[in-house]
Amino acid sequence: MDHLGTSVLFAGNNFSRLLGGLWTTIWIALLALLIGLILGTFLGMMRTFKNRPVRLILRLYLEFFRIVPTVVLLFLAYYILPRQLNINLPAEQVAVLTFALWVAAEFSDIVRGALISVPKHQRESGLAIGLTHWQLFRYVLLPQALTLELPATINLATRVVKTTSLLMLISVMDVINIGQQIIEANGQSHPNGIFWVYGLIFFFYFIVDYPLSLLAKKLNAANQH
Amino acid sequence: MAKEILRVEKLNKFYAKQQILYDVDFSIAQGEVLALLGPSGSGKSTLIRCLNGLEEFSTGDLFFDGQKMVPTEKNWQQIRQKIGMVFQSYDLFSNLTVLENIVLGPIKVQKKSRSQAVQIATRLLKRVGLADYLQTYPRQLSGGQKQRIAIVRALALHPEVMLFDEVTASLDPEMVRGVLEIIKELSEKDNMTMIIVTHEMNFAEQIADRVLFLEDGHILENTPSKQFFVNSQTERAREFLESMKF
Ligand SMILES: Nc1ncnc2c1ncn2[C@@H]1O[C@H](COP(=O)(O)OP(=O)(O)O)[C@@H](O)[C@H]1O
Ligand SMILES: [Mg+2]
Repeated sequence: MDHLGTSVLFAGNNFSRLLGGLWTTIWIALLALLIGLILGTFLGMMRTFKNRPVRLILRLYLEFFRIVPTVVLLFLAYYILPRQLNINLPAEQVAVLTFALWVAAEFSDIVRGALISVPKHQRESGLAIGLTHWQLFRYVLLPQALTLELPATINLATRVVKTTSLLMLISVMDVINIGQQIIEANGQSHPNGIFWVYGLIFFFYFIVDYPLSLLAKKLNAANQH
Repeated sequence: MAKEILRVEKLNKFYAKQQILYDVDFSIAQGEVLALLGPSGSGKSTLIRCLNGLEEFSTGDLFFDGQKMVPTEKNWQQIRQKIGMVFQSYDLFSNLTVLENIVLGPIKVQKKSRSQAVQIATRLLKRVGLADYLQTYPRQLSGGQKQRIAIVRALALHPEVMLFDEVTASLDPEMVRGVLEIIKELSEKDNMTMIIVTHEMNFAEQIADRVLFLEDGHILENTPSKQFFVNSQTERAREFLESMKF
């Protein structure tokens, strides 16, 4: 009847559940990226200011998110903070928040790097026509930095999508968590289910991330010319 | 006597512990053209950058239109609209077209309407012979064209004083003339007040009313131009002029 075992993917509403899980994964990643990129832009700008304490604090913020593994961050936000601070957020929101802060940290470094590599004369001629620091960032430095930082940003996005696979650990119903449930529920009837379910999940991640990574490669090559 | 626009009193400048400018004193009147001359490394760039706040000075006072300048970021931002500056490097904003380079200041800083700003830009570009380049990006222009547009960008704010820091020093020789002619015309037609740092001695002699001769951060001469080029007061200035000839 079903020699391949693919029927596990289509039994009941399994397939649409998996798609739903994929959607959860995607919207969490997108929202976290959106918030994180905006916040990271501001933090990156602030890291080019002269004010030492501000720079130090932002540097520590970045290092914290770099050094602490994302799993630990998620656990921290989901299990520990609510108990200490009495804030109870749904797992999806905790996930968005944690990922957004992580993205902001990483992106602040990308933005800072791009900003300081904009030639010094661009900054000075902007100041010389009376632009405020904010106008200088807005109309001259950020647009120029953007082209420089695009490949690194896309790389960051692919990392975020991949890292969403950790979300099951804080019981978000993402594509992996749902896949796991399907495997367990159909373990009797489809002993090979695990192979097919993870095969499909692999395919899902691939079609989301591969175009991004291709784009990053292309832009990187373009920047080098 | 024409009205005094800018006065510098006892200006001292240090980089870390090293002193770069020593008790610099001078003033410039409306319509006057001052050539700031001196050997490389004498502090010319540092001095004119202090005049629009791109460099902080350590001690001393600056008076603009008779008012003492309180060097806060906000005041500098105001003053910079009245003191235009053009640099040696071609420094148009590379992400913007020629037109956007020019209207950015009038629109964002001076809150002029876009149509008004475009009108100013078009008129000035015509004047420097580049009216066809409104939608061009800087990378498509020659050095001389970029430098003329950089001058237009500064003029679009209707400054009272213009500062030029070796604006022809990185141009190909055949481009130099066009840029110098624009500066000369600014003085002759618009009676623009200007401080010019240049290595073109013939040009300085033609255009300047007065010469400030700077060496090792000291003003050694503040002399009418006619006298400076014919009969400088100091031995050092005579040596300098000699060294600038072939
Ligand atoms: N950012 C800086 N830090 C330290 N020293 C500087 C800096 N900029 C210029 N100087 C020094 O200040 C002196 C004057 O430089 P500058 O004003 O550029 O001279 P000029 O324009 O007459 O060639 C030089 O000795 C130079 O080495
Ligand atoms: Mg110089």
